[in-house]
Amino acid sequence: MPIALEITALQKTYKGGFQALKGIDLTVKKGDFFALLGPNGAGKSTTIGVITSLVNKTSGKVKVFGIDLDENLEKAKSFLGLVPQEFNFNQFEPLLNILVNQAGYYGVDRKTALQRAEKYLKQLELWDKRHDAGRMLSGGMKRRLMIARALMHEPQVLILDEPTAGVDIEVRRTMWDFLRELNKQGVTIILTTHYLEEAEMLCRNIAIINHGEIVENTDMKSLLAQLDVESFVLDLSPIAFKIELKGIVSRQLDDHTLEIELTKKQTLNNVFEQLSQQQVKVLSMRNKSNRLEALFVDLINKSTEKK
Amino acid sequence: MNNGIALKSILNKEVQRFMRIWVQTLVPPAITISLYFIIFGSLIGSRIGEMGGFDYMSFIVPGLIMMSVITNSYSNVASSFFSAKWQRNVEEMLVAPVPNWVIVAGYVGGGMARGILVGLIVTLVSLFFVDIQIHNVWIIIATVALTSAVFALGGLINAIFADSFDDISIIPTFILTPLTYLGGVFYSISLLPEFWQDVSKVNPIVYMVNAFRYGFLGVSDVSITTAFIVIGLFITVLFTIAMTLISKGIGLRS
Repeated sequence: MPIALEITALQKTYKGGFQALKGIDLTVKKGDFFALLGPNGAGKSTTIGVITSLVNKTSGKVKVFGIDLDENLEKAKSFLGLVPQEFNFNQFEPLLNILVNQAGYYGVDRKTALQRAEKYLKQLELWDKRHDAGRMLSGGMKRRLMIARALMHEPQVLILDEPTAGVDIEVRRTMWDFLRELNKQGVTIILTTHYLEEAEMLCRNIAIINHGEIVENTDMKSLLAQLDVESFVLDLSPIAFKIELKGIVSRQLDDHTLEIELTKKQTLNNVFEQLSQQQVKVLSMRNKSNRLEALFVDLINKSTEKK
Repeated sequence: MNNGIALKSILNKEVQRFMRIWVQTLVPPAITISLYFIIFGSLIGSRIGEMGGFDYMSFIVPGLIMMSVITNSYSNVASSFFSAKWQRNVEEMLVAPVPNWVIVAGYVGGGMARGILVGLIVTLVSLFFVDIQIHNVWIIIATVALTSAVFALGGLINAIFADSFDDISIIPTFILTPLTYLGGVFYSISLLPEFWQDVSKVNPIVYMVNAFRYGFLGVSDVSITTAFIVIGLFITVLFTIAMTLISKGIGLRS
């Protein structure tokens, strides 16, 4: 599989001495749906900034489809589309102008730009707003506008920096479907997000960054397989006694809620058997926290402790 | 990559911006210049008599037009580029494969468009007050185009360094306005003592106003060739500075 993005020994030290990136290496394959996760201030946005040339790197190499940013920046840029974290369009300009101008910066002629603007505004449910100024849109609409804008030159790599921040769940799901569809069409997607459920659902490969260093870089399945203990919350029909589960760590939170922790060797069948024997009915069950979230917190804590 | 389309996009955006807010960008110069004509031309001018061999009103018309061109080409780029920085939509261009010279040319072109359009409006307004004569139309066109380019470049450099909206008003208030008023808009520098005539010749606006006035009236305090050399020199130096600043990402990239 060809390499879409290759980062080697990337370092960034800001004026004032803060070292945001301490020599990171990262590879994203063509067609991948890649998550770049990390806590606030870990270096995610700096990494994206360097890739998109909004941040000057201190040292290291960045290549987009084999093209070194230092050697042919304009060519490398033409492959990339960026959806930044902050709203950065002209708030006073109509949506259609924003999109057509953006396409123009990539050399797309006006006729094609208008066709694409119609296509993406319709797909992202913004067509009715095409003559409105950007400031008139809701938060979710603004996020979708930035996705449409990033697609106007039909990039091969789409970088999204927290694209669903502050967006309600319904809109978020629409955006997930849209991104999945784009990825199916062959667009390589790099995503940063604080919604770990989002990363787990969408992404195939993942890198976790903390204090400017990559602390994990693997595929999602392998990462989730590292999870030793998984916590579940069971909703029960009301009971008047204390539940005893042999060999299982459990906590009875009230007369109808039970929390259990299962290791890799333990099964849910065993839990249900024991509950049935005690005449306890299970009404529903859910993960206490997102699986990726548990791993993420663990990895971040470990890497922070090492400091 | 088609740089022509990118340049046209930036130009379109810039022209659409000042046309969208025409009440703020095109109307005020017409009102200001009308007041200048009424006060300095009709009321005070009639008592001054001739200047440079022409009645005072005819003498100041080219200078007043040039003053509007200078102010508007400068402020258009300064406010537009700084707004783009402030709203961060300048990033739309920075992430795209737009060469730096296209960004500079696009913004400067936008500033020139507003400067020249305001110049035309002011010229039309002046027709209500005075009969305009034309000595050499090509010198008029060349001077107005090149001067608007100089000040559009100046506005761009100001906006690149600016950190707040106050920063884009400091240069016009403390440098541009005094230089314009002392640049021979309202008087011929030949009226000044020799020492102050020499001092005035350090002021680049003297050359622009005089070259422009020469295009209308055929009189100038300075050589026209020298005037065009000075304007050309300023364009070269300011363009080089603007290109260096943008390619280094000063005020744009962290």
